[in-house]
Amino acid sequence: MFCDIVDEPLELEPLIRAVRTGAMGGLVTFVGYVRDRSDDDRPVDGLSYEAHRELALEALRAVGAEAETRFGPARVAIVHRIGELGLGEAAVAIAVAAAHRAAAFDACEYAIDELKRRVPIWKKERYVDGESRWRENAG
Amino acid sequence: MRVRVVPFARIREIVGSPRLEREAPDGATAGDVWNGLALEFPALDELAASTRLVRNGAFVDSAAALGDGDELGLLPPYGGG
Repeated sequence: MFCDIVDEPLELEPLIRAVRTGAMGGLVTFVGYVRDRSDDDRPVDGLSYEAHRELALEALRAVGAEAETRFGPARVAIVHRIGELGLGEAAVAIAVAAAHRAAAFDACEYAIDELKRRVPIWKKERYVDGESRWRENAG
Repeated sequence: MRVRVVPFARIREIVGSPRLEREAPDGATAGDVWNGLALEFPALDELAASTRLVRNGAFVDSAAALGDGDELGLLPPYGGG
Protein backbone atom coordinates (compact mmCIF):
# COMPACT_ATOMS: atom_id res chain seq x y z
CA MET A 1 0.00 0.00 0.00
CA PHE A 2 1.19 3.47 -0.83
CA CYS A 3 -0.36 6.53 0.84
CA ASP A 4 0.87 10.10 0.94
CA ILE A 5 -0.06 13.76 1.46
CA VAL A 6 1.89 16.01 -0.90
CA ASP A 7 2.29 19.69 -1.74
CA GLU A 8 3.07 19.19 -5.43
CA PRO A 9 0.92 18.40 -8.49
CA LEU A 10 -0.29 14.79 -8.58
CA GLU A 11 0.78 12.24 -11.13
CA LEU A 12 -1.12 9.01 -11.64
CA GLU A 13 1.71 6.96 -13.16
CA PRO A 14 3.67 6.40 -9.93
CA LEU A 15 0.49 5.18 -8.22
CA ILE A 16 -0.20 2.73 -11.03
CA ARG A 17 3.36 1.46 -10.86
CA ALA A 18 3.03 1.06 -7.09
CA VAL A 19 0.01 -1.26 -7.29
CA ARG A 20 0.57 -3.33 -10.43
CA THR A 21 1.86 -6.88 -10.12
CA GLY A 22 1.70 -9.93 -12.33
CA ALA A 23 -1.22 -11.27 -10.28
CA MET A 24 -3.40 -8.20 -10.86
CA GLY A 25 -5.64 -8.44 -13.92
CA GLY A 26 -7.73 -5.32 -13.25
CA LEU A 27 -6.71 -1.80 -12.40
CA VAL A 28 -9.07 1.07 -11.52
CA THR A 29 -8.07 4.68 -10.97
CA PHE A 30 -9.95 7.64 -9.55
CA VAL A 31 -8.83 11.25 -9.81
CA GLY A 32 -10.68 14.12 -8.15
CA TYR A 33 -10.23 17.46 -9.91
CA VAL A 34 -10.99 21.07 -8.99
CA ARG A 35 -14.24 21.99 -10.75
CA ASP A 36 -15.05 25.44 -12.10
CA ARG A 37 -18.45 25.52 -10.34
CA SER A 38 -19.46 24.87 -6.75
CA ASP A 39 -22.32 22.52 -5.86
CA ASP A 40 -24.55 25.58 -5.62
CA ASP A 41 -23.33 26.77 -9.02
CA ARG A 42 -21.00 29.60 -8.02
CA PRO A 43 -18.02 30.19 -10.33
CA VAL A 44 -14.95 28.80 -8.58
CA ASP A 45 -11.45 30.23 -8.87
CA GLY A 46 -9.64 27.45 -6.99
CA LEU A 47 -9.45 25.40 -3.80
CA SER A 48 -7.23 25.56 -0.73
CA TYR A 49 -6.64 22.27 1.06
CA GLU A 50 -5.04 21.73 4.42
CA ALA A 51 -4.51 18.62 6.54
CA HIS A 52 -3.62 17.45 10.00
CA ARG A 53 -0.71 15.74 8.32
CA GLU A 54 0.09 13.09 10.93
CA LEU A 55 -3.51 12.01 11.55
CA ALA A 56 -4.41 12.29 7.87
CA LEU A 57 -1.63 9.89 6.93
CA GLU A 58 -2.69 7.53 9.69
CA ALA A 59 -6.31 7.61 8.48
CA LEU A 60 -5.30 7.23 4.83
CA ARG A 61 -3.28 4.13 5.70
CA ALA A 62 -6.19 2.67 7.65
CA VAL A 63 -8.55 3.27 4.72
CA GLY A 64 -6.00 1.81 2.31
CA ALA A 65 -5.50 -1.29 4.44
CA GLU A 66 -9.25 -1.91 4.62
CA ALA A 67 -9.66 -1.40 0.88
CA GLU A 68 -6.90 -3.95 0.27
CA THR A 69 -8.73 -6.76 2.06
CA ARG A 70 -12.45 -5.99 2.15
CA PHE A 71 -13.37 -7.04 -1.39
CA GLY A 72 -10.70 -9.68 -1.88
CA PRO A 73 -6.97 -9.11 -2.17
CA ALA A 74 -6.14 -5.76 -3.75
CA ARG A 75 -3.28 -3.29 -3.81
CA VAL A 76 -4.12 0.33 -3.13
CA ALA A 77 -2.33 3.66 -3.59
CA ILE A 78 -3.87 6.95 -2.39
CA VAL A 79 -2.28 10.39 -2.61
CA HIS A 80 -3.98 13.65 -1.59
CA ARG A 81 -2.58 17.04 -2.48
CA ILE A 82 -2.80 20.02 -0.11
CA GLY A 83 -2.10 23.73 -0.58
CA GLU A 84 -3.45 26.06 -3.24
CA LEU A 85 -4.99 24.32 -6.27
CA GLY A 86 -6.17 25.92 -9.49
CA LEU A 87 -9.04 24.89 -11.74
CA GLY A 88 -8.55 21.51 -13.36
CA GLU A 89 -5.79 20.44 -11.00
CA ALA A 90 -5.99 17.04 -9.31
CA ALA A 91 -6.67 17.05 -5.57
CA VAL A 92 -6.72 13.32 -4.97
CA ALA A 93 -5.58 10.28 -6.93
CA ILE A 94 -6.29 6.62 -6.17
CA ALA A 95 -5.13 3.49 -7.96
CA VAL A 96 -6.40 0.02 -7.09
CA ALA A 97 -5.27 -3.24 -8.63
CA ALA A 98 -6.88 -6.61 -8.05
CA ALA A 99 -7.03 -9.99 -9.74
CA HIS A 100 -10.39 -9.09 -11.32
CA ARG A 101 -12.24 -5.86 -12.02
CA ALA A 102 -15.11 -6.19 -9.52
CA ALA A 103 -12.82 -6.06 -6.48
CA ALA A 104 -10.82 -3.20 -8.00
CA PHE A 105 -13.92 -1.08 -8.67
CA ASP A 106 -15.38 -1.78 -5.23
CA ALA A 107 -12.13 -1.11 -3.39
CA CYS A 108 -11.56 2.14 -5.29
CA GLU A 109 -15.04 3.43 -4.47
CA TYR A 110 -14.61 2.38 -0.85
CA ALA A 111 -11.29 4.21 -0.65
CA ILE A 112 -12.62 7.57 -1.90
CA ASP A 113 -15.83 7.33 0.14
CA GLU A 114 -13.96 6.56 3.36
CA LEU A 115 -11.30 9.18 2.63
CA LYS A 116 -13.97 11.85 2.44
CA ARG A 117 -15.53 10.64 5.68
CA ARG A 118 -12.52 9.83 7.84
CA VAL A 119 -9.38 11.68 6.75
CA PRO A 120 -8.71 15.05 8.45
CA ILE A 121 -8.30 17.22 5.38
CA TRP A 122 -10.14 20.50 4.87
CA LYS A 123 -11.14 22.36 1.74
CA LYS A 124 -11.88 26.02 1.18
CA GLU A 125 -13.53 27.08 -2.05
CA ARG A 126 -12.31 30.37 -3.48
CA TYR A 127 -14.82 32.05 -5.75
CA VAL A 128 -14.30 34.24 -8.77
CA ASP A 129 -16.01 37.12 -6.93
CA GLY A 130 -13.29 37.04 -4.25
CA GLU A 131 -15.28 35.36 -1.49
CA SER A 132 -14.34 32.01 -0.04
CA ARG A 133 -16.03 29.33 2.03
CA TRP A 134 -15.06 26.12 3.88
CA ARG A 135 -16.81 23.12 2.38
CA GLU A 136 -17.61 20.06 4.42
CA ASN A 137 -18.26 16.54 3.22
CA ALA A 138 -21.66 15.05 3.92
CA GLY A 139 -21.90 12.67 6.86
CA MET B 1 -1.80 24.34 34.13
CA ARG B 2 -1.14 25.55 30.60
CA VAL B 3 -2.58 23.93 27.51
CA ARG B 4 -1.62 24.58 23.92
CA VAL B 5 -4.62 24.70 21.59
CA VAL B 6 -4.09 23.90 17.90
CA PRO B 7 -7.17 24.78 15.81
CA PHE B 8 -7.55 23.70 12.18
CA ALA B 9 -9.28 25.16 9.13
CA ARG B 10 -12.52 26.98 9.95
CA ILE B 11 -11.80 26.94 13.69
CA ARG B 12 -8.36 28.48 13.14
CA GLU B 13 -9.97 31.31 11.20
CA ILE B 14 -12.58 31.89 13.89
CA VAL B 15 -9.99 32.14 16.67
CA GLY B 16 -7.58 34.03 14.42
CA SER B 17 -4.44 32.06 15.25
CA PRO B 18 -2.87 28.64 14.50
CA ARG B 19 -1.84 28.24 18.13
CA LEU B 20 -3.26 29.49 21.43
CA GLU B 21 -1.98 29.07 24.96
CA ARG B 22 -4.66 28.85 27.63
CA GLU B 23 -4.59 28.55 31.41
CA ALA B 24 -6.88 25.81 32.74
CA PRO B 25 -7.53 24.60 36.29
CA ASP B 26 -6.02 21.24 37.31
CA GLY B 27 -8.36 18.45 36.31
CA ALA B 28 -9.78 20.38 33.37
CA THR B 29 -11.04 18.26 30.49
CA ALA B 30 -10.81 18.73 26.74
CA GLY B 31 -14.46 19.78 26.84
CA ASP B 32 -13.74 22.41 29.51
CA VAL B 33 -11.08 24.00 27.31
CA TRP B 34 -13.44 23.92 24.33
CA ASN B 35 -16.22 25.54 26.39
CA GLY B 36 -13.85 28.29 27.50
CA LEU B 37 -12.92 29.02 23.90
CA ALA B 38 -16.57 28.99 22.84
CA LEU B 39 -17.22 31.73 25.40
CA GLU B 40 -14.38 33.78 23.93
CA PHE B 41 -15.41 33.04 20.35
CA PRO B 42 -19.21 32.56 20.12
CA ALA B 43 -18.92 31.60 16.43
CA LEU B 44 -17.55 28.24 17.65
CA ASP B 45 -20.95 27.31 19.08
CA GLU B 46 -22.31 25.85 15.87
CA LEU B 47 -19.23 23.59 15.63
CA ALA B 48 -19.53 22.17 19.14
CA ALA B 49 -21.24 18.93 18.12
CA SER B 50 -19.15 18.27 15.02
CA THR B 51 -15.61 19.14 16.16
CA ARG B 52 -13.24 16.28 16.91
CA LEU B 53 -10.78 16.67 19.77
CA VAL B 54 -7.18 15.45 19.63
CA ARG B 55 -4.98 15.26 22.73
CA ASN B 56 -1.26 14.99 21.95
CA GLY B 57 -1.97 13.41 18.57
CA ALA B 58 -4.72 10.96 19.58
CA PHE B 59 -8.50 11.37 19.32
CA VAL B 60 -10.24 11.80 22.67
CA ASP B 61 -13.75 12.63 23.81
CA SER B 62 -14.67 15.79 25.64
CA ALA B 63 -14.41 14.09 29.06
CA ALA B 64 -10.69 13.38 28.59
CA ALA B 65 -8.56 15.00 31.29
CA LEU B 66 -5.75 17.28 30.22
CA GLY B 67 -2.35 17.73 31.85
CA ASP B 68 0.07 20.62 32.00
CA GLY B 69 1.72 21.14 28.61
CA ASP B 70 -0.80 19.02 26.71
CA GLU B 71 -1.67 19.95 23.16
CA LEU B 72 -5.35 19.99 22.21
CA GLY B 73 -6.14 19.83 18.48
CA LEU B 74 -9.54 21.06 17.30
CA LEU B 75 -10.69 19.42 14.05
CA PRO B 76 -13.86 20.71 12.38
CA PRO B 77 -15.82 18.48 9.92
CA TYR B 78 -13.62 17.18 7.12
CA GLY B 79 -13.69 18.27 3.49
CA GLY B 80 -11.07 16.17 1.73
CA GLY B 81 -11.40 14.62 -1.71
